Amino acid sequence: MTMAEGDLAVTELHFVRHEQLPPKPPPAHMRGTLGWMRENLFSSWFNVALTVAIGLLVAWVAVELARFLIIDAAWSGTDRDACREAVQHRPIGACWPFAFERMPYFIYGSYPIPQRWRVDVFFVLLAIGIVWLMAPRAPRKNWGALYFFIVLPIASFILLHGWELIGLPAVDTVLWGGILVTIVVATVGIVVSLPLGILLALGRRSRMPTVKMFSVAFIEFVRGVPLITMLFMASVMLPLFVPEAFEPDKLVRALVGIALFASAYMAEVVRAGLQAVPRGQYEGAMAVGLRYPHMMGLVVLPQALRITIPNIVNTYIGLFKDTTLVYIVGIFDFLHTVEVARIDPKWATPVTSTTGYAVAAIFYLIFCYGMSRYARAMEARLASGRQR
Amino acid sequence: MNEPARHSARPPVAIQLVKVNKWYGEFHVLRNIDLTVTGGERIVVCGPSGSGKSTMIRCINRLEEHQTGKIIVDGMELTADLKKIDEVRRDVGMVFQHFNLFPHLTVLENCTLAPIWVRKMPKREAEEAALHYLKRVKIPEQANKYPGQLSGGQQQRVAIARALCMNPKIMLFDEPTSALDPEMVKEVLDTMVALAKDGMTMLVVTHEMGFAREVANRIVFMDEGQIVEANAPEEFFAHPQHARTKLFLSQILR
Repeated sequence: MTMAEGDLAVTELHFVRHEQLPPKPPPAHMRGTLGWMRENLFSSWFNVALTVAIGLLVAWVAVELARFLIIDAAWSGTDRDACREAVQHRPIGACWPFAFERMPYFIYGSYPIPQRWRVDVFFVLLAIGIVWLMAPRAPRKNWGALYFFIVLPIASFILLHGWELIGLPAVDTVLWGGILVTIVVATVGIVVSLPLGILLALGRRSRMPTVKMFSVAFIEFVRGVPLITMLFMASVMLPLFVPEAFEPDKLVRALVGIALFASAYMAEVVRAGLQAVPRGQYEGAMAVGLRYPHMMGLVVLPQALRITIPNIVNTYIGLFKDTTLVYIVGIFDFLHTVEVARIDPKWATPVTSTTGYAVAAIFYLIFCYGMSRYARAMEARLASGRQR
Repeated sequence: MNEPARHSARPPVAIQLVKVNKWYGEFHVLRNIDLTVTGGERIVVCGPSGSGKSTMIRCINRLEEHQTGKIIVDGMELTADLKKIDEVRRDVGMVFQHFNLFPHLTVLENCTLAPIWVRKMPKREAEEAALHYLKRVKIPEQANKYPGQLSGGQQQRVAIARALCMNPKIMLFDEPTSALDPEMVKEVLDTMVALAKDGMTMLVVTHEMGFAREVANRIVFMDEGQIVEANAPEEFFAHPQHARTKLFLSQILR
């Protein structure tokens, strides 16, 4: 014990430690903001060059965006003169008065103005359902599910479509439009595609040949056809086969097309998750006596879906943006209302179209980024309890 | 007066395998397996890897299908009849090499899942039973953790508790200590010894010869899909008869 034990290289044949080495803090260059920056932004010349280049790019884009959206933007006015450089004698960015004036049209489409409160109520009911189901700490999830999957669809239908008996005049879906249609189409697609996708995925892995064949054929057919084709088939070909009296509503046809389309993609996403669940989980479940529905519902699917959350959300985000394609079959979704509004002569200026598209971009960005953040939060929450 | 007496007595035969054969494609994994296990008996199955010992015990709760021969568990013959398979699985607990706990459920939920959904037990009652068995494997304090937060030895003891929660008449162990770090083998074996002392019918595939010596009534040695030799442990270790048994023992008992 002549030397400090911590410094001693063990060179002797016989060595016995007599005191525990205390833990020390990491060296200074690993700590603090400066340490982090040195480690992550400026660790090598290549890294420095990348940091500078990306920094410049971000700065440039940010400045241009701020100039267009805020600094140079026109904020008030009643017609196109507010947004014309010739009239205002200054460079003009976004034409916000146009967006403000057409906002009700963007939200409700041609829904009759005295009836628009019904749409507002629908938005509130939907928001309640979403928060109830998705907030981790919300109480009585089973009631929430009942509300979301049974009460809400019926209430929404009565509310939006109308029911003369209780004094709600019918509003033909032709008049629906804007964010209302986008939300309805996306919600129906999202809500229908997951359970249907799960069934198709289970069917594809089934041992029963007929079930398996049907699932494979459906998935491969739908995935092999562009969504636009599906929508065209639903809106143009279906009426050829169905007598006019039974012909479903145009919006309903598009809803069915999108829901089936999303289900096929969802099926493949879920199947990937099912394949990632180890064989031992199935065996563990079978060995304790669980039957197929319980084994799948309680053991396999919870794990498979957890693995696939990023991919499910990816599909949802894609679906949300794909809803714009209903435009093709003459349904006035949000983007279509922007398209119509931007060519209104009342607001004909060089920046009207750009402003309209900026509004669309901001809307889609908020929704898609929101979904993405929620998914990240869920992943983190689910991962926290079971780190290995 | 004979009839009631016969009924009240526990059927002496717990598991009976009669000329069981199984193939994986062309490969003949189990060849004419004949084995009878009486109630309360502890049998250790050993043999080189690929000898079919795991496959054999996995046939007993129908995780694998046998193609010819008969397997009768607790008086029920295993056929393609799903009802019978379910019934057998309820009465036969199994512990796996890699635990196969459900990672998304807590230890307690792992233990109560099957009693609640298969036995339709009320949740409270199932939780009480689960805690009882968790105490028995000496980890009641881990009940609310997730399997991933436990050591391998603790996970395997949870797996044993999970199987016990179904109140099985027979327990199958498929190399329960092979995936464990060496310092955790003992805690699992101790749990199994305690179980054996309580009179559980056990069929254990293992290479732990110390365990075999201590608790087995019989050791069954398998090679190339056949039972080569079976004997009481003292005789099995002291006077192995077959050349392959001798070779195997010389390799594992340095």
